[in-house]
Amino acid sequence: MMAEEVKGWDRHGMAARAAQELRDGTYVNLGIGIPTLVSNYIPKGISVTLQSENGMLGMGPFPYEGEEDPDLINAGKQTITELPQTAYFDSAQSFAMIRGGKIAMAILGAMEVAENGDLANWMIPGKLVKGMGGAMDLVAGVGRVVVVMDHTSKHGESKVLKACTLPLTGKGVVDRIITNLGVLDVGHKGLHIVELAPGVTEEELRAATEATIVG
Amino acid sequence: MNKVYPSAAAALEGLLHDGMLIASGGFGLCGIPELLIAAIRDAGTKGLTVASNNAGVDGFGLGVLLETRQVKKMISSYVGENAEFMRQYLSGELELEFNPQGTLAERMRAGGAGIPGFYTATGVGTVIAEGKEHHDFDGKTYILERGIVADLSIVKAWKADPSGNLVFRKTARNFNVPAATCGKTCVVEVEEIVPLGSLDPDAIHLPGIYVHRIITGKHEKRIEQRTVRKRENA
Repeated sequence: MMAEEVKGWDRHGMAARAAQELRDGTYVNLGIGIPTLVSNYIPKGISVTLQSENGMLGMGPFPYEGEEDPDLINAGKQTITELPQTAYFDSAQSFAMIRGGKIAMAILGAMEVAENGDLANWMIPGKLVKGMGGAMDLVAGVGRVVVVMDHTSKHGESKVLKACTLPLTGKGVVDRIITNLGVLDVGHKGLHIVELAPGVTEEELRAATEATIVG
Repeated sequence: MNKVYPSAAAALEGLLHDGMLIASGGFGLCGIPELLIAAIRDAGTKGLTVASNNAGVDGFGLGVLLETRQVKKMISSYVGENAEFMRQYLSGELELEFNPQGTLAERMRAGGAGIPGFYTATGVGTVIAEGKEHHDFDGKTYILERGIVADLSIVKAWKADPSGNLVFRKTARNFNVPAATCGKTCVVEVEEIVPLGSLDPDAIHLPGIYVHRIITGKHEKRIEQRTVRKRENA
């Protein structure tokens, strides 16, 4: 798969690892970006129903060329298809099931995560602000929030922090963090290392992490 | 009582005034009331506040009302796809109130259901919660959000019967249902008006009690992000 030897996971590797979080028979919401790729790696024997918060359960793959339907899009406004189990509903109903805790898990991207589970993924002050969309509702409502992100910025600064510097999407909402370097869980007093990505040492993970790692 | 009007302009007659609050259905460009938006542009009504999940794109959807400077304020959850929107917003010509998407949908639903406010955990601990009443229930903190009652709802459905019973199609239902319910008056545009009795009463998505005026016409139904997959053995 990978042409050259790279330490840790690339975006597809992160998506594949995130797919291991899926539990059979659950309803799941996948965010835009790397989380969308998770649907390519759903493990054999695991059946999940994907929710699209614009009003659909049972999201199918992209349509074949010529079969695009302007009335059938996902939350990223991309054309998609339906499945035999698909159901459609309105936006109020969609967020009622999110707010009501019926969605087992959301897998979302992030700009910053903090050791207390704070999440920032919608706004950089001074830059163009497009809006939070459904992210604040999802992190406040779903059973479990898994974040998939690069561990550091392009400049090498940690994005796994003691405290977020950017405006929050949700306070204390993140359960698990999957980065290019490994998997971390949010605990009561800090982060716990769950897993290291291939070729990554614990020292390297710790060095790239500003947040407190307690175990 | 006749709910069917010959044109969008006729259906909006007597309903538009400067400074009004309009709730609009649609998500992105999917299920937007494009004919009614064009008629509001032609009517020239100004100082509008528009509650809509998105603000259209340049030249289509609510983007056309931004180009003509008819919108004073948007209440939306995501507005990224519109250069003219951003230009007006950054220059201070346009006000913007961000609402989390589910909060916006529920504000409309609540407004239409006679509920002036509701508590939600969405946005607690974020800028959205600033200045809002906080209340703890069973050990968890919630904020109070207000229901929206709009002067006018503009909505797109797939089919209507002459009594205003509506059926939507696929994900084009989206905000159209909550937006329809929260308006003092609701005008709906559909692709087809079907005879009374031809819709299954068990399969009505929105009953006609919420719908005051209906028009039909040709819809462009533009696709915002065309994504496809390759056929195997094509």
